[in-house]
Amino acid sequence: MSRINLTVDGVRYDDDVDPRTLLVHHLRERLGKVGTVVGCDTTNCGACTVLMDGQGVKSCTVLAAQADGRTIDTIEGLAGEDGTLHPVQQAFHERHALQCGYCTPGMIMAAVDLLSENPDPTEDEVREGLEGNLCRCTGYQNIVGAVRDAAATMRAEVPAPRESTTETVEGTAPTTTGEVAR
Amino acid sequence: MIPAQFEYSRPAGVQEAVRALAEGGEDAKVLAGGQSLIPMLRMRLAVPSLVVDLGGVVEMRGVRDDGDALVIGAMTTHDQVLRDPLVHEHAPLVVQATSTVADRQVRHMGTFGGSLAHADAAGDLPSVAVALDATFDIEGPGGRRTVPAGEFFVDYLTSAVSPDEVLVSVRVPKLTGWGTHYEKFNRVAQAWALVGVAAAVRRSGQTIEDARVALTSMGPTPVRARGVEEALIGAPATAEVVNAAADRAGEGTEPSSDVSASGEYRLHLARVLTGRAVAAAGGL
Repeated sequence: MSRINLTVDGVRYDDDVDPRTLLVHHLRERLGKVGTVVGCDTTNCGACTVLMDGQGVKSCTVLAAQADGRTIDTIEGLAGEDGTLHPVQQAFHERHALQCGYCTPGMIMAAVDLLSENPDPTEDEVREGLEGNLCRCTGYQNIVGAVRDAAATMRAEVPAPRESTTETVEGTAPTTTGEVAR
Repeated sequence: MIPAQFEYSRPAGVQEAVRALAEGGEDAKVLAGGQSLIPMLRMRLAVPSLVVDLGGVVEMRGVRDDGDALVIGAMTTHDQVLRDPLVHEHAPLVVQATSTVADRQVRHMGTFGGSLAHADAAGDLPSVAVALDATFDIEGPGGRRTVPAGEFFVDYLTSAVSPDEVLVSVRVPKLTGWGTHYEKFNRVAQAWALVGVAAAVRRSGQTIEDARVALTSMGPTPVRARGVEEALIGAPATAEVVNAAADRAGEGTEPSSDVSASGEYRLHLARVLTGRAVAAAGGL
């Protein structure tokens, strides 16, 4: 077993994992972060995309052990605590950028990653930026529109200084660090 | 799909990694960014007893200026390569080819050295390394050795790196006064090259003084297109010369046939793409 600590959606978790555990399985099965889905399981579809230290990665192609010490953001941590949707989520909703919805968590996380680097992408740049994410329903048209809408919304927002959102969760099991021991 | 069980080691230095590999024996495997290995682990095409994760080896990350060459640490991610000002200035061919590797997510994890050591015939960086006459620094139990690009790629998925060795860094000579271009043809849904062409051309006025051309996915290893180079060097920089030279792109190749392209089609692509790559590199 390998001892790892991850900060997932602002909460720190310490766990022992079998080295062969994929990050996506750790997120879903140990931490209950089932918003991140397994799609193709072959590094093609991007449905399992999460942010690792702010960069999009396919969590089916990262060992949980490789993520030791890193910060992970999943679709579950994207909305505000009061339920306010992230601008990308809101734009996907408004533009109907999905049908079955299976690709959506990864698509949104990949879009957030893209917009963090390019706040004003052209249509072509959105299509290329999302090349690692497959959608078999929409034909992509509304997805591209939603990402560009979200970009415009985010550019219009006054950037507020972000407070650290990291909190520590008290576990039910006795722990010397005051963190969740699993 | 879940990989078979393995032991896991995360060394902090190159020598520690080499020791871990020695202790792990023949079934030990190096993990760089994992973007090729983890899919193989999941499909159980690879079933190592020990995985040695180089993710913690800080000395293997980053790009260094070494006079007439850049030294790119093997664990530098594709994304870091794309952001590096030295690579942009001295090895734009590396930047151009790297930007076509897979997708953003894979480029965030995948590494420069990992994709070279993996030696995928359809990988973009091997032909670039061959065209640039890169050299490879490899460390093993017997110390460090240097292998030229022409000897690094041995066969399908087989490089000169032995199972008990680690590719530490790659030395990429600066090409000053050259134009370069990477031309690639792939299916839209996947970034693997059906055929790719890495070209570098140095002109003096209207004469092509020197040229280097290497092909992706035209055989088990990248192919240096010597016939094309021979036809270009010393010739006038004209479209006719480039087209005649590009017709020789198939010489010495062994293109395979698969679901995406027949060998014959790959030969056709190699000629067309070589013409485009050389013309772009030569500013024609």
